[in-house]
Amino acid sequence: MAKAHQKIQELSWEPQYHEPYMKYGTDYTFRKAAKKDPLKQVLRSYFPMQEEKDHRVYGASDGAIRGNMFRQVQERWLEWQKLFLSIIPLPEVSAARSMPMLFHVVPNPELHNGQAIQMIDEVRHSTIQQNLKRLYMNNYIDPAGFNNSLRNFHSDYCGTIGRQFAEGFITGDAITAASIYLTIVAETAFTNTLFVAMPAEAAANGDYLLPTVFHSVQSDESRHISNGYATLLMALSDEDNRQLLERDLRYAWWNNHRVVDAAIGTFIEYGTKDRRKDRESYAEMWRRWIYDDYYRSYLVPLEKYGLVIPHDLIEESWKQIWEKGYVHEVAQFFATGWLANYWRIDGMTDTDFEWFEYKYPGWYDKYGAWWENYNRLATPNGHNPIVFEDVDYVYPARCWTCMVPCLVREDMVMADIDGVTRTYCHEVCRWTDVEAFRPTYQGRETPNMGRLVGHREWETLYDGWNWADVVSDMGFVRDDGKTLTAQPHLDLNPKKMWTLDHLRRCPPLGSPNVAINNLDAAGKAAFLADYNKQGPAGRPAPSGA
Amino acid sequence: MTTAQRPERSVPKPQFTDAEAGAQEFPDSGASARRYNYYKPAKRKQTHYEDVTVDVQPDPRHYLAQGWIYGFADGSRGYPLTWTKLKAWGVDKPEPVNGVGTGNNHVVDWPAHGWHEFRDPNEEWEMTFYRYNANVVRQTTQNVENARQAKAFDNWTPNWKTFVERNVGAWMHIEHILGLYVFAAINRSCPTNMHNTAMVVNSMHKIRFAQDLALYNLTLSEEIEGFDGAAHLDAWNNDAEWQGVRKVVEALTAVDNDWGEMAFATNVVFEPLLGELFRSNLVQQSAAGNGDFVTPTVIGAGEYDYSQRDLRWTQACFGPLTQDKEFAAHNKELMQGWLSHWVPMCLEAARAMQPLWSQTDSKPPRFEDSLDRAKSRFAGIVTELGLEPPKELSQ
Repeated sequence: MAKAHQKIQELSWEPQYHEPYMKYGTDYTFRKAAKKDPLKQVLRSYFPMQEEKDHRVYGASDGAIRGNMFRQVQERWLEWQKLFLSIIPLPEVSAARSMPMLFHVVPNPELHNGQAIQMIDEVRHSTIQQNLKRLYMNNYIDPAGFNNSLRNFHSDYCGTIGRQFAEGFITGDAITAASIYLTIVAETAFTNTLFVAMPAEAAANGDYLLPTVFHSVQSDESRHISNGYATLLMALSDEDNRQLLERDLRYAWWNNHRVVDAAIGTFIEYGTKDRRKDRESYAEMWRRWIYDDYYRSYLVPLEKYGLVIPHDLIEESWKQIWEKGYVHEVAQFFATGWLANYWRIDGMTDTDFEWFEYKYPGWYDKYGAWWENYNRLATPNGHNPIVFEDVDYVYPARCWTCMVPCLVREDMVMADIDGVTRTYCHEVCRWTDVEAFRPTYQGRETPNMGRLVGHREWETLYDGWNWADVVSDMGFVRDDGKTLTAQPHLDLNPKKMWTLDHLRRCPPLGSPNVAINNLDAAGKAAFLADYNKQGPAGRPAPSGA
Repeated sequence: MTTAQRPERSVPKPQFTDAEAGAQEFPDSGASARRYNYYKPAKRKQTHYEDVTVDVQPDPRHYLAQGWIYGFADGSRGYPLTWTKLKAWGVDKPEPVNGVGTGNNHVVDWPAHGWHEFRDPNEEWEMTFYRYNANVVRQTTQNVENARQAKAFDNWTPNWKTFVERNVGAWMHIEHILGLYVFAAINRSCPTNMHNTAMVVNSMHKIRFAQDLALYNLTLSEEIEGFDGAAHLDAWNNDAEWQGVRKVVEALTAVDNDWGEMAFATNVVFEPLLGELFRSNLVQQSAAGNGDFVTPTVIGAGEYDYSQRDLRWTQACFGPLTQDKEFAAHNKELMQGWLSHWVPMCLEAARAMQPLWSQTDSKPPRFEDSLDRAKSRFAGIVTELGLEPPKELSQ
């Protein structure tokens, strides 16, 4: 194999007559970099290997259908897969598309071979995941949400949070996007929770197809991690890159933490029925897979190259998960806004409460009463959905950068940009928008850096709309034309399900961002002060505090 | 003897949930709910290929309410439709302008005869792709191994060895460059998921074929005494016969910001006029007469990739654009211009290759006959696309 790989290197190309068109740029330089390909993969061995992996996946799929795995699948779990499997194929195919951005900026023909193999891997991941969703749609009791997931994901605020993951790979500075954000942080760190921790939880919930597919996906990641590491070492050779590397590690780490931990943390902690005391919590999984496996054994050793790694942000991420209840706040928010989604969210039971209290001491005092209210208000009975009822919860402002709401209230900050007041869930998200994604960084020209654009606050698009119209407009309605795809419970009895008629009588949707921008300076300051004093689980600030 | 009591193992307990399809009736429990309902299939029934590729990538012209959320420094974002000069129905329609209180604002009659209607007739996705290529790899490996065991290389005529080491060897560079720096490169720029999947597959065909040739070259170095495994580098870098082709190949990677032109010029012009000219009309025709039954099987695998698969998606991609209800004239004029630009370059490169037809002991058909066949094939492809064979073809 070494001989074969050596031979393949003879294909390296130095242009004689025309240079390739350089479409994508970077502010990094690779003048002094040693050029090595750590991968040594030739397609003669690659294709049969991948085919064999596919055989195993499709064999398992066939077995699951014949054995009717769906008789033992937990609906609580599979409902959250409607969100996850809407999102994840796009990041995968976007990763395929990001690879050629590196061909142009990483002057290492040996490495292009590895990047091309990653490119086809990523197409594989996208379609194998779409296929898994298709299989769920065909065999799980409730196909709604799987069957229109790509339309839904394009409209839904949760989908947009997930879309960060995809668009971060394909836009802006090529190295920032395709190397630091994608391969060095997302793939090397966070696929461990995505594709290793989450499948374990799926299996515990009677779903052994997701583990089969995702472990097959994860087994390709070592190739991608090698691509990232090789590029990182090349970048480290040139002193001028340090400043950008340190900027990008901070951005990429924090954004991945905000987005992936929000989603996967919720799936694992609130999508499971497995409440054995000795099963790992998301915090424990995170400590193992991200803190020990990635931070301590991958990032920290990079210090020997003189790279300043973002110790403070890793500790702060841990603090968010362990002390500030980040995942619990996110799950509660998803459940608060159940009516804007396209899957069903099961409430928490006494068994769940006991487990949460055991794993996260103090959980019940913060979140227990709210989840009891969630259950009380789950089926329509003259009241409105929980978001409109008085349950001691303040609907949060949206973070302009990561687009997860500002749920840890004490951390929320604001900034005025281009005449608009923006809210951020944390100082690092403010820094990302206001300082990192700019044409200059710490006085240095960074003309290739991307921009944060788009309508980043979903609520603003529907400001003032009646909720029945909002849900209809998004298309989250079942085939009788009135029953919502989403429900705050798992009961499929049509009499227990919410319809557009129930929403018609609710107050209109109000965008916090529109409201903030209608305030004067003093009003904004008062809003911020009040917001920062709000308690855990979205409790209003104490009066007179 | 006492038996130690093992503590009960902590394992998740399976539960009967009855969460299987059809277990209850409720809105959306019918059979019609069990298909992806956000896109219109090209034919009557949705295909597996469509299910796993269509609409994975969002588009602000369709349902993407919040728009792209990251942009390049110049303000472009996502997959701008201006990254080719080709146009498809609806391209000039502005994106919906969303803002406070606009809602989703999605376009209902979208897409019509536009970019998003493209479907790869090969229906390539993960499963088909790996099966096909793994089969090619196995077959090629077996063919070469069989020849090695049969000492088939001993039967080669003296000059054929030189021809293979220099010229078949030189061809690997072309496939590699086209694979990586044309098709892989434009996989970022093209407008839909269906396009990018087809291009990635095309790219990997080429890279695999290049590697097949390189590894075949390695085998020949080990099996044939005096076979110079590095001669292909000298031929590629220095032989006058190859410099014209090399110029065209490098020019294909250097097209100024137009993925459409890169794909079109490569698969519609370069491949029939130079690719098939060399592969089919020279190597395949010469090998048997020179005692070689192996090289055609290696070359033939790459030839099949192009003629049976890569050309098919190319025709399905570009053909409808010449009949576009809004931009047919624009696209035809543009493509005719591309033909006028690329055809003379390819013909010049082809003529520079002419001496290759005289290098072997047993001669293939005459160069002019081979070129005529290539031209005829090219003219057929162009005509099928609804274009006129350019006047430059008669040069």
